[in-house]
Amino acid sequence: MTISVRDTPFDPYAELRAHQERLGQQGKYGAMASFVGTLRDHHQGDAVRAMTLEHYPGMTEKYLQHIVVEARARWPILDALIIHRYGALAPGEPIMLAAAWAEHRGAAFDACRYLVEELKHRAPFWKHEMLDAGQRWMERNTP
Amino acid sequence: MAVTVKYFASLRERLGRAEQRVEARAGVTAADVWAQANPGLPLPGNILVAVNRDYARLDHVVRDGDEVAFFPPVTGG
Repeated sequence: MTISVRDTPFDPYAELRAHQERLGQQGKYGAMASFVGTLRDHHQGDAVRAMTLEHYPGMTEKYLQHIVVEARARWPILDALIIHRYGALAPGEPIMLAAAWAEHRGAAFDACRYLVEELKHRAPFWKHEMLDAGQRWMERNTP
Repeated sequence: MAVTVKYFASLRERLGRAEQRVEARAGVTAADVWAQANPGLPLPGNILVAVNRDYARLDHVVRDGDEVAFFPPVTGG
């Protein structure tokens, strides 16, 4: 189970490959489900030029850890991974990666979805958008 | 007793500070800490509270050395 909060760009596909190689256990899992969240260049009809993500050092990592532990308690997963950016991002850059490995697809899909939804509702991150005309804090996530 | 108060995101910008120390009486709640740190300013309705990096209710009783954080709804992911 790995969580990482970082202020530098990352390649989610290279991270998935590296994590799976570290995991080993080839033949033990039959399914891996993953989610990559990427910064769009538009939001609510406005062009987005850049974004800054603020977080709460200490609490953010703690809640990502909680969420991974909860997912493992609810579904028979072999492993899970969450990576999330903070700091300055440009459109097209990955914001987050979540992945779950399991014997079967049901647990992998459900656990991955849980990681993403719970992160969006509970992990302390805040998005600040730089627009063509001004800037704004995002008030809420999509339900 | 001393409490550390933290603010994040739009609330931090609005208040113009990220952190402050508050000297409080024993037995005060997170809501009392807000009132003491921000005299005359009602706590905005959508603001979330954490004590020692766990979500908490406004009536959570704080202790000496606690870290009390106030912040708007989270928007990660």
